[in-house]
Amino acid sequence: MLKKIIFQFLALSLIFTYSAQSAESGGMPQLNPEFWISQIFWLVLTFGLLFIILSKFILPKISNNLETRKSQILENIETADKQREETEKKVKEFDKIINDTKVEAKNFFNSERQKVLDDINNKRLSLEKDIEKEIIKAEEEINQLKKTSQEKITKIAIETSSDLVKQLIGEDINKSSLSAIVEDLSKKEMEKHNGI
Amino acid sequence: MAANPMYQFNVYRIGPEIKINNIDISFTNASLFMVISSLAILIIFNLGTKRSIIPNKIQLLAELSYSFISKMISDTAGSKAKPYFSFIFSLFMFVLFCNMFGMIPYSFTVTSHIIVTFVLAAFIFIGVTIIGFIKHGLGYLKLFVPSGVPMVLLPLIVVIEIISYLSRPISLSVRLFANMMAGHTMMKVFGGFVVSLGIVGGWLPLGFSVALTGLEILVAFLQAYVFAILTCIYLNDALNLHH
Repeated sequence: MLKKIIFQFLALSLIFTYSAQSAESGGMPQLNPEFWISQIFWLVLTFGLLFIILSKFILPKISNNLETRKSQILENIETADKQREETEKKVKEFDKIINDTKVEAKNFFNSERQKVLDDINNKRLSLEKDIEKEIIKAEEEINQLKKTSQEKITKIAIETSSDLVKQLIGEDINKSSLSAIVEDLSKKEMEKHNGI
Repeated sequence: MAANPMYQFNVYRIGPEIKINNIDISFTNASLFMVISSLAILIIFNLGTKRSIIPNKIQLLAELSYSFISKMISDTAGSKAKPYFSFIFSLFMFVLFCNMFGMIPYSFTVTSHIIVTFVLAAFIFIGVTIIGFIKHGLGYLKLFVPSGVPMVLLPLIVVIEIISYLSRPISLSVRLFANMMAGHTMMKVFGGFVVSLGIVGGWLPLGFSVALTGLEILVAFLQAYVFAILTCIYLNDALNLHH
């Protein structure tokens, strides 16, 4: 459609030109070869220079700029990643330190507690031992006392009975026979007493 | 004479006549606009080479154009076309700037001359053909023999392929030249209507003229792009022969 319009206008304009400018050199100036060589010469010159300057000086700079920008962005991303990793590592370390400290504190507390408990136990044990010793000693003493008291009682009984007999009868009796009787009696009494 | 819509395409000498061996290479208005376009490209892109990590506007423009054309080449011609990047970049920028400078009123459009576009196209055609023969030797002729074609049709196809290959420079140059010439002629014709219809009826063609200016700017960019991308496609044929 557009092409059609363009061509119609072209044709129209050409007709107009021909009819109006028949005296002029006529038609399209593009087809007038007068300045063709000049145009080719200047085209080659300007385009050649443009191409040489662009390709030798300007385009390498632009591509270099683009490359540097790209590499710099990549580098920055890399450093950012590295720093992030480092931060994560540091956070982990920090966590670990805190955990270790907690464990240490717990251990310390436990060990101290154990020590104290042990100490208490030891003291208790030694005290118990002492008490046992004391008890044994006391028992021994009691036993001794028991034994001696029996002897003493026997002796006292013999003496008392001999005194009694002396007062009753008025004469001395053989001590040995008396003691035998007293012993026999006290034995019987003891057996009765001990329930044996 | 300004009313003649073809008058804008006239080439005239600026300054003295320069002749070397009886060949006229005088500086003309066409040469002037070639020089202006090239200088503008060089200035803009030289300003865009500032070495900063965060680019300013002009640097961004240069870098975006760089990556735009780089992507265009790698998409159409693959990675083998990397060495030809600067040529295609220069070509695209030259055609684009010539087209765009042509959009300024009373300026001259370099690319509206068939001889200019034809020289560019012929250079590309010859260059691509030479590259093809260097890369593939006589195997480059396989380009004219598409695979999977029945033997009966082969002579016909080969003839068509050869004609289409040989017509490449013509189609490439005429496309750009005709687009630029037609657009500028049309704008001039509408401008003439504005003047001849006067204050009463001139508003409609004036609106058309404004709309056409927008369209022509689009065409100026599009034709530069088409010129560059067709060059890439021809280059692709020469570099990666797969027919």
